[in-house]
Amino acid sequence: MSVMQAKDITMQFGGLTAVDKFNLTLEPHELVGLIGPNGAGKTTIFNMLTGVYVPTIGTIEIEGQSIIGKKPNEIVKMGASRTFQNIRLFKDLTAIENVKIAYHNFIDYNLAQGMFRTKKFWSEEKKAQDECFKLLEIFDMGEYADTLAKNLPYGQQRKLEIARALATEPKVLMLDEPAAGMNPNETAELMKTIHFIREKFDITVLLIEHDMKLVMGICERIIVVDYGKTIAEGSPAEIKNNPDVIRAYLGD
Amino acid sequence: MDQKKKKSYLINTAAIALLYLLFFVLIQTKTINNYFVGIMIMTCIMIIMALSLNIVAGFLGQMALGHAGFMAIGAYSSAMATKAIVDAGIEMPSILLLLVALLVGGLVAGIFGILIGTPTLRLRGDYLGIVTIGFAEIIRIFFINFGPTGGAAGLKGISKLVDFNNVFFITVIVAVLIFTFGRSKHGRAIISIREDEIASESAGVPTTIYKVLGFTMAAFFAGLGGALYAHYQAFLEPSKFAFMFSIEMFVIVVLGGLGSLTGSILSAIVLTVLPEMLREFSEYRLLIYSLLLIIMMIFRPQGMLGRSEFSLTDFIDKLIMRKNRKTTSDGGEK
Repeated sequence: MSVMQAKDITMQFGGLTAVDKFNLTLEPHELVGLIGPNGAGKTTIFNMLTGVYVPTIGTIEIEGQSIIGKKPNEIVKMGASRTFQNIRLFKDLTAIENVKIAYHNFIDYNLAQGMFRTKKFWSEEKKAQDECFKLLEIFDMGEYADTLAKNLPYGQQRKLEIARALATEPKVLMLDEPAAGMNPNETAELMKTIHFIREKFDITVLLIEHDMKLVMGICERIIVVDYGKTIAEGSPAEIKNNPDVIRAYLGD
Repeated sequence: MDQKKKKSYLINTAAIALLYLLFFVLIQTKTINNYFVGIMIMTCIMIIMALSLNIVAGFLGQMALGHAGFMAIGAYSSAMATKAIVDAGIEMPSILLLLVALLVGGLVAGIFGILIGTPTLRLRGDYLGIVTIGFAEIIRIFFINFGPTGGAAGLKGISKLVDFNNVFFITVIVAVLIFTFGRSKHGRAIISIREDEIASESAGVPTTIYKVLGFTMAAFFAGLGGALYAHYQAFLEPSKFAFMFSIEMFVIVVLGGLGSLTGSILSAIVLTVLPEMLREFSEYRLLIYSLLLIIMMIFRPQGMLGRSEFSLTDFIDKLIMRKNRKTTSDGGEK
């Protein structure tokens, strides 16, 4: 069964159709790239898949359950987690606190137990601390655990955002331009990391990216959108030689 | 609980006990007079008010300018409750009666927190500020016109149950509870809403629930503050809970540092004691007070402590062992 399925989703802002009858099926363990020129509607698609926008028409399902009308935090619980194009970290909190907030739903104590610091509080907090630290270590960020997010180098901030998204234990991880603003070295490292986390956590990854090297290098399947419509879909090799894609990117 | 935490708990408990002992001796030996004890009790109440407001203004990051409204609800409801108990001729020790008053004041204010918070928290910033002002004004005008609580003439004959001994420990308990609340998963979730609401939602935090929770907790503790106030003054009048009183609390929180509990405590002490100290300068009093606020905001806009907490443990470490100060401060409520 597919992990995530979107059928004919359409998003209209007033008279403008940002996304037109977009279809997407993600199989377990896939690594799919979503590319397209600026303003093609990629981020709008992401926003619909994560519940920020409700599609004007169409259905979206995660493992057979509809997410239409659900709030973003409920969709996260169902197993879709995301990062943002412009990094959205909790800037004045430390790296590990950022991850702990996303780990929120797995920490099991109530208000009174938290305020009176019962045994349960200590054991659950310790579990959270250990798990979140482990997650940071996977990204080689253990040493930054107590650094404020705003003081981290740019590349580390990107990684922290991915770590935070993973802390919700998603089935589908959606990355919105993870390599934006990274230098070639950082991008190469990121490629390795994305590959690694897919194996390690056995999840499906959907990523929007402008960096062709990254997309072509790691994605098994690529979907190209332009003016809100899918213009091509296939393996990296097929996409490279597709005349429609070349036209969309380079013009006639 | 690791070794470091245990040590910091021990140090803070010892510090609080010492502080209490100091005041106890000073009061017993009549070194400080009743007038000053009154100021100290008012300071404790203002500390509770500032701490509770800090949950909304500091943790949740919302502008709430109607805190006096919740205090009024707590004050009046608890006063009515204890009056009813006393009138019914039920005998109970005064500490128990005070506990009943605190419970009633806190719960009733908390319920109003849910009622006000649920519909209004989709607003933010200045819009929420205006709504909360409106709410507090409605409460005040309600009590002016409400016969059973004495109307504009005020409510008389409330049992005087609060003295420095009990108010000191209640303040310590409230401070500790709000502190542990801020460091629990619930507090973290609320702080994440302040940092970035969209990211918080995408991290799986049910933001609406936590906003209402934060607002309700603030209202609950404000209700406690109100109950203490009612049973210290033994007299309530609606004009006390006017708009300026809400502003005064907001100023305390901003000056101490939004999100810093120790900052709120410090600033509540300074801003309650200072106007009393300035009484000698009578006509210049408000001028000096305002000038201090302006200077503070120009040179230290983030407040006295910013967002950090003062940690007694770290302070002692630094003082004695000359250790490098750790960024992760824990403990140090007072």
